[in-house]
Amino acid sequence: MSNLVKFRIDKTECMAEAGKYIVEAAKENGIYIPTLCNMPGVKPQGACRICTVRINNRLMTACTTPIADGMEIEMDIPELNDLRKAIVEMLFVSGNHFCPACEKSGDCELQALAYRYQMFVPRFPYEFPQKEVDASSTRIIKDQNRCIFCKRCIKSVKDEQGRSYFAFRHRGHKLEVVLDKELGMSMSEEKAEQAMQSCPVGSILVKEKGFSKPIGKRKFDHSPIGSDIKL
Amino acid sequence: MSKKITIEPVTRVEGHGKVTIHMDNQGKVYQTRLHIVEFRGFERFVQGRPYWEAPVLVQRLCGICPVSHHLAAAKALDVIVGAGTGEGLTPTGEKMRRLMHYGQIFQSHALHFFHLSSPDFLFGIDADPNIRNVIGVALKHPDLAVQGVMMRKFGQEIIRATAGKKIHGTGAIPGGINKNLSVEERDEFLKGADPLNADKMVSWAQDAVEFFKGYYKANKEFIDNFAHFPSNHLSIVRKDGAMDLYHGVLRAVDAEGKKILHDVDYQEYNKYIEEEVRSWSYMKFPYIKELGQDHGWYRVGPLARLNTCDFIPTPLAQKEFELYKSLTNGKPNSFCLHTHYARLIETLHAAEVIRDLLNDPDLLGDDLVIKGTKQKEGVGLLEAPRGTLFHHYRINDNDQIEMANLIVSTTNNNEPMNRSVNYVAKSIMDGKQEITESMMNAVEVAIRAYDPCLSCATHALGKMPLEIKLYDDNNNLLDAKKSQ
Repeated sequence: MSNLVKFRIDKTECMAEAGKYIVEAAKENGIYIPTLCNMPGVKPQGACRICTVRINNRLMTACTTPIADGMEIEMDIPELNDLRKAIVEMLFVSGNHFCPACEKSGDCELQALAYRYQMFVPRFPYEFPQKEVDASSTRIIKDQNRCIFCKRCIKSVKDEQGRSYFAFRHRGHKLEVVLDKELGMSMSEEKAEQAMQSCPVGSILVKEKGFSKPIGKRKFDHSPIGSDIKL
Repeated sequence: MSKKITIEPVTRVEGHGKVTIHMDNQGKVYQTRLHIVEFRGFERFVQGRPYWEAPVLVQRLCGICPVSHHLAAAKALDVIVGAGTGEGLTPTGEKMRRLMHYGQIFQSHALHFFHLSSPDFLFGIDADPNIRNVIGVALKHPDLAVQGVMMRKFGQEIIRATAGKKIHGTGAIPGGINKNLSVEERDEFLKGADPLNADKMVSWAQDAVEFFKGYYKANKEFIDNFAHFPSNHLSIVRKDGAMDLYHGVLRAVDAEGKKILHDVDYQEYNKYIEEEVRSWSYMKFPYIKELGQDHGWYRVGPLARLNTCDFIPTPLAQKEFELYKSLTNGKPNSFCLHTHYARLIETLHAAEVIRDLLNDPDLLGDDLVIKGTKQKEGVGLLEAPRGTLFHHYRINDNDQIEMANLIVSTTNNNEPMNRSVNYVAKSIMDGKQEITESMMNAVEVAIRAYDPCLSCATHALGKMPLEIKLYDDNNNLLDAKKSQ
């Protein structure tokens, strides 16, 4: 028996399997809802709030809210788009994101969202925090200047025993994502590549590979983020 | 009463600088200085960054010659990744980089001559500043203006095809290049619609040389007498003495043409070159160690390169080179404004090199990168449009840069630029009661001859206000004038 349910996103009639998260259900219906902390294969966490939508006048994260029959979802409206833009701006000012010299430029999801929401000058003051670059691993560099605390690396990059290569350290404004020293030293090339791919920004870099992808071949060189989602 | 005259900012140059001219009680110029008023700090903030970021990061020094910094850094990192000291790259890697570099030389020289300097020659240095600019050129000499714009465009398209973008690309990576040239790109440059093809660029570059020769014939006295003083000259040359703007050995000659640096390996540049710091400028003063601070300073750039090389390895430019050398009976040329002449001969050479490279099938190859045993330190040199550019990096065990030293072309020309400015100020302002706009422009003409990138700073090409201030010996402002 089919368990398809009907719902609407910004007046567009949609159908999806009951219980699917809104982000996934929208995608199946050709509608892009922006995400940063969400990634396939990892339990959604609603950390970055960029996917926030409004349902019955309540703000909900689309990556953690399951779809239900008859749901009326407001997504692409000025108020929410400005909220998303504000989140992107906050992420930019709270780190040191210097796109011109970053090898993830063109492949970076944060940069791509900044373009999508037409961020020019953030409304918030830059913090220019003092951050470390941990280059002690033989395979990767963890650049704290660019980390946005999405936890994608913590949740997805694990060894054969299920141990995470990355973890949170400290709390509050001192919070940082660090690489386990011991695991980091024995990291395989494949695992290093996976770690870099898991990072939506340029905080995890595979050593000595920078800029090998030419301009024109990068993920967002020709079309904005989300434009691959269509029916 | 003594006076201090300040020209700030200097116009129609890249970057920001000012000139101060001090006059004594009799109105005699006794000191002139070119000050660099910006501090950039790239050598410091590149520290701690992964070494492969350097070619992309340091090119942000400049919006006119980023390719030069990009390639000089990449050459230094070639040494660090064990890809040799300039001759170990794959044929595709080496030739793509050369194409990028000569595209850069071509577009920058065109920009400098047509956009920045030609107004002085077309209208005269004492012409109304309202027409003595690139817009004036476009209105009065539209064919020449179009030629300048299209030559620059061609060079920038070459850069886009090799580096990925016209400004601040990513093409050169340690050990090679990240893309080859497609057949479509190559054919577009070789057979593109008029005027954007290699043959037309060679032809226009020849016209530009002819234009200057014609101007020189009619204005020989002015050209020859403007800031003419002897100096040493330094550049890299190919091992056989040919002009090579991408790679070679370091050579310097004195004012008589005697070699004072004998084709040395630039990896050891700091055995031969020292930098002096003076309190009144952010720009250092390099000199040849063996000769000391007073006698070891040198010129770099087009004038110097045509003095150091034995020949130019492309036929049309070589023919012009022979004619140019005959003006000084084969001896080094120290006429400041002949720098423009030399620059246009180099522009022709660059057009010929680009055309030759485009016909080379190696550009289409797939073997892009080579690496060997990693080193801790590397030096990269090349001839940027404005002169010899030094990049030197040392890394730590974690692949992070721990030391960077950059000697940019304009820094190498610091002493001769100061001397040129002083020469002109003395010759036209000494004893004069009134300082006119054309006198101020004459001082700037001397600076422009070196094609300086004063702070290696990015800024839009546009009209900046020229301001002159007169002070008494107590630094009280007596008078101020602004250009229109």
